[in-house]
Amino acid sequence: MKTHLEPAPAALRAGETKAAARGRWLRKLYGQRHIQIMALLGVIWMVIFNYVPMYGVIIAFKEFNIVKAISAAPWVGFGHFKEFFGDESFANVMRNTLGISLIKLAIGFPLPILFALFLNEVRSVVFKKSIQTISYLPHFLSWVILGGILTTWLADVGIVNNILLALHLIDEPISYLAEPSYFWSIIIASDIWKELGWSAIIYLAAIASVSPELYEAATIDGAGRFQKMWYVTLPSIKATISILFILAVSGVLNSNFDQILVLRNSLNESASNVIDIYVYQTGMQQGRYSYSTAVGLFKSAIALILLLLANRVTKKMNDTSLF
Amino acid sequence: MFRLKRKTKGEAFFDLFNNFGMLLVCFATLYPIWYVLVNAFNEGQDGMRGGIYWWPRVFSLESFEAVFQSSGIMTAMGITVAKTVLGTLIHVFFTAMVAYAFSRKNLIGGKIYIFVGTVTLFFGGGLIPTYLLMRDLQLLDNFMVYIIPAMFSFFDLIIFMTFFREIPDGLEEAAKIDGANDWSILLRVVLPVSMPVIATIALFHGVYQWNDYFAGVIYMNNMDMQPIQTYLYRVVAQSSSNQMVAAIPGGIGKTVTSQSIKLATMVVTTLPIVLVYPFLQKYFVKGMMIGSIKG
Repeated sequence: MKTHLEPAPAALRAGETKAAARGRWLRKLYGQRHIQIMALLGVIWMVIFNYVPMYGVIIAFKEFNIVKAISAAPWVGFGHFKEFFGDESFANVMRNTLGISLIKLAIGFPLPILFALFLNEVRSVVFKKSIQTISYLPHFLSWVILGGILTTWLADVGIVNNILLALHLIDEPISYLAEPSYFWSIIIASDIWKELGWSAIIYLAAIASVSPELYEAATIDGAGRFQKMWYVTLPSIKATISILFILAVSGVLNSNFDQILVLRNSLNESASNVIDIYVYQTGMQQGRYSYSTAVGLFKSAIALILLLLANRVTKKMNDTSLF
Repeated sequence: MFRLKRKTKGEAFFDLFNNFGMLLVCFATLYPIWYVLVNAFNEGQDGMRGGIYWWPRVFSLESFEAVFQSSGIMTAMGITVAKTVLGTLIHVFFTAMVAYAFSRKNLIGGKIYIFVGTVTLFFGGGLIPTYLLMRDLQLLDNFMVYIIPAMFSFFDLIIFMTFFREIPDGLEEAAKIDGANDWSILLRVVLPVSMPVIATIALFHGVYQWNDYFAGVIYMNNMDMQPIQTYLYRVVAQSSSNQMVAAIPGGIGKTVTSQSIKLATMVVTTLPIVLVYPFLQKYFVKGMMIGSIKG
């Protein structure tokens, strides 16, 4: 993202007066007036829709009241943060958020790499392309549709209960979405189902750019398929894995809000109440604007720290980093 | 590429095992969707008994008839189509326009503008401050809440900018000599040669507009202006099957149930995406790569 910055208007060329330099700058500005309008429209949009909400975050430190302006609200410092840490939901919210995210990281992160590695070994080009096309499909379904699919599968007369009943593993249908104990598994499995193929795209592209000579050399040395995967392919895509790992770690508190909002209900609440849901409930449903914003800000701060930490660790380990 | 002339026994076994595993992945991907599809085409009352796995037991199109005759569902569908078409057009044009300006090398203030944009990739206001902004802008219960807050994305701007910088300068200069101003260069020269990147961004944003339900949940109290995904959200998540039963128009057979009409709505909602996406696959894979490398 390098741009050539024009010298400031005051920068004089040899034998030029200050007024002449200014005139030259103004002429240039006039010459690109149409372009400036286009650029400024974008900047104005960003100021309104990105920067104004960023400023609005200060209500986390205030006692904001919906009928008054933000500036009129009294300061309360870290009061809302202390309230959150002392709240009885705090432990539960953190347990759900970290639990779901860490299991997703442990299972959901390596699986696409594995899928890409094995897909790469498929010899038929047509078969390979077809698998790819099919595996992307769920990514394009909305979480609402996926919620509908899941409720159909998990219904009392749904396929899951039917099969388990037929195998005599259960005696009567289970309402899976009403049981907190099943919630994490449902969330993690459906997330993997939806994103496995899509997440593998980047790895497949990285694998495609590995030099064929490396494989030829390995073949001559007598390496088998597994050995080539382990000693050639995997090390070649290490940098890609590192960068995606950094991003995954920094998103650990980002339990998928869209997904959980669809599948949560009052019966599975003890397992489904994650930070984002808590922010939504306290903010939008209970109208505790300042408190909710403070909880959200706490999450963003942790995410930033995790991003920096993960970046540093991978930099030390194998010399790749995001920045 | 160098190939061994003959596969060893181990190699052949590996291929067999690997292909079988891949077929299994495909089956696991497609079957959950198939299961919903055959149930949607089964008669509603009969479907309550369950046990329909491969093919409809009592084939019926009544649930689909009910969907197409329900004014509530059709209104929501219309909102979704409107916000997808309008939202995508405006997003693509506006983001491309700003990207074209930002990509110009001699742009005064260009470095500052790009810094302003980069900050937005890392920091945001979060749920409540954004909601308060929408309220202050009078966008609550307003159709434009689907369009205006989504009409620009700095991430997409980077993808556009990367593409625009590859366009040979000669093209623009020739137009300039012919007396074209920057607006007509953008419209007549730059955008027409940028169709691959436009298709990519349009696809991504179109899918986002089609699938998003949350804007409808928080910004829209007026039920007549919720998109179909929000409508379905209320049915699936809040199990408000009443809404589905209420959606069944008079004159439709009694075999239609709230469950069967829900399945039919899901199928109708998803069909456009499933039909369109295989054809656009080459674009989004390419776009995904540009985005991941630059972003």
